[in-house]
Amino acid sequence: MIHGRNMISIWFFIGLLVLIYGLIIFGWGLVSGGHAATGRPIALVELRTDLWMGGFMTLAGAFYTFKFAPRRRGEK
Amino acid sequence: MPTSIVPAFLLASGGSILSLDPVDLLVIVLYFVTVIGIGLYLKHHTKTGEDFFMAGREMTAWIAGLSFLAANLGSLELMGWAGAAYQYGILATHWYWIGAIPAMLFLGLVMMPFYYICKTHSVPGYLQLRYGEGSRTLAAVSFGFMTVLMSGINMFAMAKVMQVVLGWDLHFSIWVSSLTVGAYVVLGGLLSAIFNEVLQFVLIWLGAMLIPIVGLIETGGWSGMVARIHSNPIVQPHVHGQDFTHLWSTMGSFSGNPMGIHWTGIVLGLGWVISFGYWTTDFLVVQRVMSAKDLRSAKLAPIIGAAFKMFVPFIVILPGLLGLAVLPQLLVPETQRAPGLYTYNDVLPLMLARYLGPGLLGLGVTALIAGFMSGMAGNVTAFSTVWTYDIYKAFRKREMSDDHLVKVGRWATIVGVLISIGAAYFAMQFQSIMDYVQALFSFFIAPLFGTVIFGMLWKRATPAAGFWGLLAGTASSIAMYVWVKVDPTALRYIALSPNAKDMAENMYRALWSWLICAGVTVAVSYMTQPKPVSELAGLVYGVGALPHEEPVVLWKRPIFWAGVVIVVFFVLNLLVW
Repeated sequence: MIHGRNMISIWFFIGLLVLIYGLIIFGWGLVSGGHAATGRPIALVELRTDLWMGGFMTLAGAFYTFKFAPRRRGEK
Repeated sequence: MPTSIVPAFLLASGGSILSLDPVDLLVIVLYFVTVIGIGLYLKHHTKTGEDFFMAGREMTAWIAGLSFLAANLGSLELMGWAGAAYQYGILATHWYWIGAIPAMLFLGLVMMPFYYICKTHSVPGYLQLRYGEGSRTLAAVSFGFMTVLMSGINMFAMAKVMQVVLGWDLHFSIWVSSLTVGAYVVLGGLLSAIFNEVLQFVLIWLGAMLIPIVGLIETGGWSGMVARIHSNPIVQPHVHGQDFTHLWSTMGSFSGNPMGIHWTGIVLGLGWVISFGYWTTDFLVVQRVMSAKDLRSAKLAPIIGAAFKMFVPFIVILPGLLGLAVLPQLLVPETQRAPGLYTYNDVLPLMLARYLGPGLLGLGVTALIAGFMSGMAGNVTAFSTVWTYDIYKAFRKREMSDDHLVKVGRWATIVGVLISIGAAYFAMQFQSIMDYVQALFSFFIAPLFGTVIFGMLWKRATPAAGFWGLLAGTASSIAMYVWVKVDPTALRYIALSPNAKDMAENMYRALWSWLICAGVTVAVSYMTQPKPVSELAGLVYGVGALPHEEPVVLWKRPIFWAGVVIVVFFVLNLLVW
């Protein structure tokens, strides 16, 4: 992304953070069943948005982390 | 909030809207670690003044475009406009469509070539080349003043949000968030700010996009949501049957819509003066586009920003409308905040709490924090550049080494952050923050747009006209504001109606100040000597040839994508007419 510089791409940083977030949200969703430990009510909890969103973020994050990894794209 | 996992110094007295799980706090902490990590990494790549102030002028169109939008997305946007959507309905969308898209396309296609090829470091820098030192100094000082004040107001708003939403201590939020922003900007300058803004842009979308999706599932789609709003027994007695879901059809009169505004105010005040002023001359956003690696990227960046801007109402306005449809309590104005009552500005946190489970809630709160931090970083980097180039260097009047300028820029960042913190404590005194934010825009941005646009499009505009037009526009705007404060009946003259609300008054005041700036600029131009045409090459439309872009296929041309954006813009407006 930076023209003519040996710099890690911002997309790598974003991919890595989104990947970590995805794993945390998906993993926590599996363990908690989507319910908050604090007991607050969550509308439409049966949709399991934590698993869907966590899964989506894991895949998207992994794709960007891999595609823009420093060793694969030296200039990025 | 589960107090067992939150340090005591972080907590304020009183209740909070959201209660976080440990996993939510983990998500928030990871965000802070990442932004500081990016700053530390980029410090090694920030060596010259061009790196620190202009991100090396090496950004691709995508990075510059997303950063251009993210710098704006932070400015009280998420919470404020979601609250405005609850209060005014879909009319708040005007600030995203007619109040942004035409101006962003105009910046890309018409104005960017002038900013870009003169290789100036700032908008006041352009005024110096076009008009001279007087206009530059006036614009730089007023911009610097506005920027730190805006930054402080943003910071106070964020701390207030953290206090109300999470129960965090006000002072803790102010100092932690501002020192984090200060740290990564001092380390990596604009480069670091832009990298973090792109990250923040992605997080804002990821954190907020589930609200409209799950909300529309709950209400049975758009038509189901509209039906629920119109039959909501909690909301309807207080809105007297007003239409909250049509964008233009209710604007034939001042009293026919929840905002109390006529379509002329929206089209001329917002769509022309405020919007063009902000998107084409506010250096906070323009600086991001100036960092593009070539002219085509500089033209494409605002167009990419416009394409995404059109869809921001999906994550900002729709949650406000969904709040009207599904929330079990009536939200009240900020001035009526009391224990047990929620205000318009709480609608987004309430919707986050309604739909997001553990982990996702942390992501949603991170989106709010990211929004505020990107806005503050935008203000701080713009202040640092304008201070260094347009005030410090201009007044020292001697050559300075690159190292020295970077050092000054870093100190200006630190001082800017500290003044912003002071401004945040100053902002605590005011009841209605948004009122002052809009007032600041009409004081400084509306007349600045008049001065820049005449300078760019009219070669007869003289140096004296640039200065006096800008001064007259700014002074008249402040005078109109004071007039209405002292004598509220003056509203019928300023906003053309005694029924006009604050937002409408701001639109018309901006319009009048622009017209006064334009009138004075034209009059003084005909009374004073213009610059020789030879000195205007590359600064004024039609004087000297603009550099040609390399020939590319149709779908890579800025004009093609601007056409696509404008078609989608019209379709969206017609869909909710």
